[in-house]
Amino acid sequence: MDVTAATVIGILIYLAAAPVVGGLLAGADRVVSARMQGRYGPPLLQPFYDVLKLWQKENIVVNRQQKVYILGFFVFVVIAGCILFGGGDLLLAVFALTLASVFLIVAAYSTFSPYAHIGAEREMIQMVSYEPMVILTVVGMYMATGSFSSVDIARHDGMLFLHLPFIFLGFLFILTIKFRKSPFDISMSHHAHQEIVRGLTTEFSGRDLALIEIAHWYENVFLLGMVYLFFAPVPVVAVIVTLAAYFLEVFIDNNNARLKWQHALASSWAVTLVLGVSNVVLLAFR
Amino acid sequence: MQALLLFLILFPAAVAFLLLAAPKGRARQTVVSVSAAVIAAASIILAALVLGRGAPVYFAAGGHAVDLLIFAAELALGVIVTVISLRRKQYLAMALMLAGLIMTVVYEVWLANTVHAENNLFADNLSVVMTLIIGVIGSLIAFFALGYMEEYHRHHEDVPDRSNFFFFIVFAFLGAMNGLIFANNLVWLFFFWEVTTFCSFFLIGYGRDAVAVRNSFLALKLNLCGGLAFSAALFFLTLNAHTISLSELHDLPGGAVLLPVALLAFAGLTKSAQMPFSAWLLGAMVAPTPVSALLHSSTMVKAGVYLVIRLSPVFAYVDGGKTVGLFVALVGAVTFLLTSCMAISQNDAKRVLAYSTIANLGLIIVCAGIGNHKLAWAAVMLVIFHAIAKSLLFLSVGTAEHVIGSRRIESMDGLAGYLPRVAAGMVVGIAGMFLAPFGMLISKWATLEGLVDANPILTIFVAFGSAVTLMFWVKWLGKILIVKSAPENVETHVPRTQALTLAVLSVMTAGVCVLFPLISKYVLEPFIFETYRQIYWQDMNNIATLLIMMATVVVLTVPLVFPGKRERHFRPQYLAGANLAEKEKFHGAMGQDIQISLKSLYLQGIFGESRLFPLGVLSTLILIIIMLGVVV
Repeated sequence: MDVTAATVIGILIYLAAAPVVGGLLAGADRVVSARMQGRYGPPLLQPFYDVLKLWQKENIVVNRQQKVYILGFFVFVVIAGCILFGGGDLLLAVFALTLASVFLIVAAYSTFSPYAHIGAEREMIQMVSYEPMVILTVVGMYMATGSFSSVDIARHDGMLFLHLPFIFLGFLFILTIKFRKSPFDISMSHHAHQEIVRGLTTEFSGRDLALIEIAHWYENVFLLGMVYLFFAPVPVVAVIVTLAAYFLEVFIDNNNARLKWQHALASSWAVTLVLGVSNVVLLAFR
Repeated sequence: MQALLLFLILFPAAVAFLLLAAPKGRARQTVVSVSAAVIAAASIILAALVLGRGAPVYFAAGGHAVDLLIFAAELALGVIVTVISLRRKQYLAMALMLAGLIMTVVYEVWLANTVHAENNLFADNLSVVMTLIIGVIGSLIAFFALGYMEEYHRHHEDVPDRSNFFFFIVFAFLGAMNGLIFANNLVWLFFFWEVTTFCSFFLIGYGRDAVAVRNSFLALKLNLCGGLAFSAALFFLTLNAHTISLSELHDLPGGAVLLPVALLAFAGLTKSAQMPFSAWLLGAMVAPTPVSALLHSSTMVKAGVYLVIRLSPVFAYVDGGKTVGLFVALVGAVTFLLTSCMAISQNDAKRVLAYSTIANLGLIIVCAGIGNHKLAWAAVMLVIFHAIAKSLLFLSVGTAEHVIGSRRIESMDGLAGYLPRVAAGMVVGIAGMFLAPFGMLISKWATLEGLVDANPILTIFVAFGSAVTLMFWVKWLGKILIVKSAPENVETHVPRTQALTLAVLSVMTAGVCVLFPLISKYVLEPFIFETYRQIYWQDMNNIATLLIMMATVVVLTVPLVFPGKRERHFRPQYLAGANLAEKEKFHGAMGQDIQISLKSLYLQGIFGESRLFPLGVLSTLILIIIMLGVVV
């Protein structure tokens, strides 16, 4: 087996740095959002304080199994990131992320709570909404570079964005769903005013909720890593675009109310069909 | 080895006749159990012999007398079916059967003596895969049926007990399937092909009520259409190409072989229930559950995809074959996407399984239609994983149905609580059907990676189809794993034969997931090299990642199965009202006590059958017409 040092280093950096970066981004998100809304807002490190506090809370559960499922969610989000940052197969990373989401949904189902149930069903709709675009993104990356391996894609000469402009836009679109931002934060929203109780996470508390939050940070870094790949040959540009993409989502979040799930499904499939498919077709007949 | 091959075809047939005579009870149990074990053992021995040889083996087997015997049997069966159709006033079925008979007779009189297959039988690694599926899974299903059929008749007192006939057909089916996969002579293959059509006809009609009769004739009619196409292919092959050997097809010039191959592919599409022919497989659900399991996993539909996989070198390498193959693949792709969508709208577990079967067969057809070496690998892997996981799922649903009195997914809330082992079987099967890092997903992944190289447009179908696949499996999985308060375990109601079969199939499902690199190395890769002259190469890093993921899931299931006794702060779920002492009940705002019940989304308005089925029939019909138009 050829586990190079680079793979190990990549994975270790991801494991250590992703929660820090993800947490900081979440903090920056809250600061920026507050400014947009004319509030002073929390300090940059607030997400860390929140997680720390959750961690110390009394652990209340509905059943014994839910903690295991949530752990599964966390572990597979991390594994997905390890595959991406370890130079592995992108499709496999995407599938690992899917498995993680399935764990989260099953956790919500297991509680037999009406509010978590609604959240879980909506989470499923979200998966159906974004999954085709995610797969087509990876397909497009392969068509442009001839490899599914993230390291080969990153080292490919020439900027992927130039081959995949429409796929990039489509990916940005579904990123709103994956980041759980309005208007597509339909399964669990951090805007309390538009949530039915607490959606998917209604029955989770304490450490479980903290774990979900940390997993979310890991997941965000994973997704931003995908954005980075589009511009990988010029790291400066790539970092700027990645950050810009994140704050674009924050901006969208603050300018939209939540839409119905029907709209999430219809619009993301339409975007996938128009942007994703046209780009794949263009590459195929290049 | 030739003797063993013939044994695998003739022994099940002989057992079938024995079972027709054997009385119910102990005698039947012994015969079925022993012969199931013998068939499984024989197929494993054959597998070992063929794999040890490392190259396809051909056998002359038979001669003029055998050809005549097969012709006579075909004639006799055809006449029987014609008479039955006449008695049931199914004139279309009768006409199709008569047309088939006439073609068979004309062929025999006019052409049969002009061409001979040097080798009537053969066995290679693909045959090994198929015979293991038939011999092991098929036999297990027969064994499962022992307990199930007794229960079935206890639950359906209006259905006359013809279980002798039932077991007769089941074993005849296994024999015919073995004949089908070992036949190199296409005339022989056609005979077994028709026998499987008749067997499925009899099994679907087992209940003899109006719906069963109607659906059995629907299956008969659609499959006879495929039979007619097959028959026509024989004519064209004999006349234009002067051969009836399956193994010679891909060496023939395009002009001679494309039309018959397109017709054979048509036959394959009917048998594997692709759109527009899917209706028969959905109708087949009226039969007892072991029939569904048999039709969906180890026999019948697998015969269809088997034939198309055999044709794939023609699509890939013969001049002009690519165009034909592309249309075959497109039919598969449309079927995969639309049936996956329709599965979301279904509540009946067996119907969900049926749609998912059609969808997965569609994916196999996509792979076989393009037919390069990577996709051939994916296709065979799909066949293996699907056969095991799907039989497990059907049998679990059938078992649960007898205990809870329903096979609606909505009534499986918290199944894991009161039928833990059956539910475990279902969970393993479902995970094997769609979740990374297990079974089907491994091959779906290979399919995607293969398609990007061959024809990226087809990946679009797979991308959308896989996404909707997630939804219907996850919501079912979620339902099973709901945790309700203190359910009573009712597992003791499950007959032993059934529990044993489910356990074996669960272990097998998990086993092939873990062992897939070895299956690939020792079974598939030699076959791919032999057929396509290309080396299939597995990326060891990816395999390692998959195995790590599998291990992680296994570690996670430990605390699920053995939750431990640690004290936790349990609170009932939030119900926006005062929870009552009785769990899952609350005092609502209007002053009354409410028992909660949760229902899933079925999205009828978006993915309903009435919307999508006609669309699928129309589009695939157009594709098939173009495919046939291209070669004519």
